[in-house]
Amino acid sequence: MIPSPAAIRAATEWLSARARWHPLEMLFWLAAFAAIFVLPDQHLILTEIAWLGLFALSLDLILGYAGIISLGHAAFLGLGAYTAALLAKFHIVDEPVLALLCGGFVAMAVGFVTSFLVLRGSDLTRLMVTLGVALILAEIANRNGWLTGGADGLQGVDIKPVLGLFPFDLAGHTGYTYCLIVLFILFLLARRLVNSPFGLSLLSVKSNPLRALAIGISVDTRLVIIYTISAFYAGVAGALVAQTTAFASLDLFSFDRSADLLLVLIIGGAGYLYGGLIGAIIFKFMQDYLSALTPQYWPFWIGLVLVVLVLVGRERITSWTTPIRRLAARLDWRTTAHLTAPSTEEPGH
Amino acid sequence: MTVVLETLNLVKQFGAIVPTSNVSLQIEKGARHALIGPNGAGKTTLINLLTGVLRPTSGSVLLEGEDISALSMHKRVQLGIVRTFQINQLFGDLTPLETIGLAVSERRGQGLDWWRIVGSRPDLVLESVEILEHFHLTDVIDRRTAELPYGKQRLLEIAVAIACRPRVLLLDEPAAGVPEDERHEILTAVAALPEDVTVLLIEHDMDIVFSFADRISVLVNGALFVEGSPEEVARDPRVKAVYLGEEAVDV
Repeated sequence: MIPSPAAIRAATEWLSARARWHPLEMLFWLAAFAAIFVLPDQHLILTEIAWLGLFALSLDLILGYAGIISLGHAAFLGLGAYTAALLAKFHIVDEPVLALLCGGFVAMAVGFVTSFLVLRGSDLTRLMVTLGVALILAEIANRNGWLTGGADGLQGVDIKPVLGLFPFDLAGHTGYTYCLIVLFILFLLARRLVNSPFGLSLLSVKSNPLRALAIGISVDTRLVIIYTISAFYAGVAGALVAQTTAFASLDLFSFDRSADLLLVLIIGGAGYLYGGLIGAIIFKFMQDYLSALTPQYWPFWIGLVLVVLVLVGRERITSWTTPIRRLAARLDWRTTAHLTAPSTEEPGH
Repeated sequence: MTVVLETLNLVKQFGAIVPTSNVSLQIEKGARHALIGPNGAGKTTLINLLTGVLRPTSGSVLLEGEDISALSMHKRVQLGIVRTFQINQLFGDLTPLETIGLAVSERRGQGLDWWRIVGSRPDLVLESVEILEHFHLTDVIDRRTAELPYGKQRLLEIAVAIACRPRVLLLDEPAAGVPEDERHEILTAVAALPEDVTVLLIEHDMDIVFSFADRISVLVNGALFVEGSPEEVARDPRVKAVYLGEEAVDV
């Protein structure tokens, strides 16, 4: 029995649906790039948003696609930042793009080694292990003040022009453009990855590891790979922080960073790549606005938002975006059918 | 006849409990072999030993003469030992099409391919649609698996296994929990499995066993009790005693 061409065509269509560019996505990136020209006053905060978005994207890769929850992702942010800053400070690698990649690779190497720690165990074990790794790295950086500057942070970092052509400026014009381009390239790669057979296998591992094994998927290998990639992304985000601020501090390793990151992803929703970016925008502007309004009450508001989000989302951190997706479908945007399915209940297994 | 899958003096022990006791089972190529036995006879433990979920305390599992006892579950799947589950183990958030497409791409060793889009391989799409049509899943091809009717999920359970191109397929109670009116569809699908696939069926329902199997092994208290053709097993007074005994308790 040979399937009809129509059936094949429909199946091809469905299998490619997730990978198709949605008009809203194009709009999103157009706006981001347009901001280079139309919002010059906002470039400092936009720079922060861009690296925070990249950092959140890196968490989304493991949390949203592979189901690995982490409370210590700042470990990789800090590693990337210190690597890039030290390379620049001691003039080992003066060109920022190269130093950026180095930062990513150092974080990636540590991510690979520590990935074996997160393979086993429940979510709680993973939370503790990732938190522990971040604490250890923070303390190592703290104790080696001769290299890292300790609690004072790494000062006297001189960042050379990007590609030898574009010097960083105080208003953040170069910084934002640079961060945005890095973010966009890494986003495109991530988008490719999650829509590939490899990305599908990650979703299957997240959904049911036992069945993933039963169709011949080496679950552990897949988790090691994505965790390592995610560490690279976080390391690059860290390097961006160091380069755009010409500074690296212990605070980058801190628990607060990891916790904020989780919050950013919860605000934006995990598992569709844009959650981290949207979350970063909301988080930063909210922080900016609220702390200008009432500096001492900022944690109060962020706490309130967290509680409301979790209650509205009923513990499933991606579900609150469902109404938006459904709305998008109603307006006949090309959202895939299964994203807009009527039920948001978890499968019963 | 050639033996595909074989166990040699297989033992599994959990403390004082011995769910698998010295089992030497041979499954011939192309066989329709059924494994029956009362509740708690150790059928599921034996399946877990064959597929690599559990490691044996002693003894070995051989695939075409080669010892695979130390291989992990996914390695055995790649060698062709594939199972279905008594309780559905599916990807609730994926569609049947994605599930089958995934299994096909993994079987072809394309699982680490991170650049191409899933739908960009015409041969993969073709094979996936063929499998879904064969199992009458085309009407739900793009629905979330978690929302499918139970009978469709049971069919998908078998379809996923077939997408792995098994040499030996272990069917763990394929019709378990399926309502009477959907049962027929499952049994037809089981009967229509490719002939070159060796099937080991674990089943409680004697009607299914006797209509399907050309060889039956009876497991009692973890040990092989009786083995033979359906006629021999049906006639065997010891088997009757075991089952009548169980039914008497059940009643």
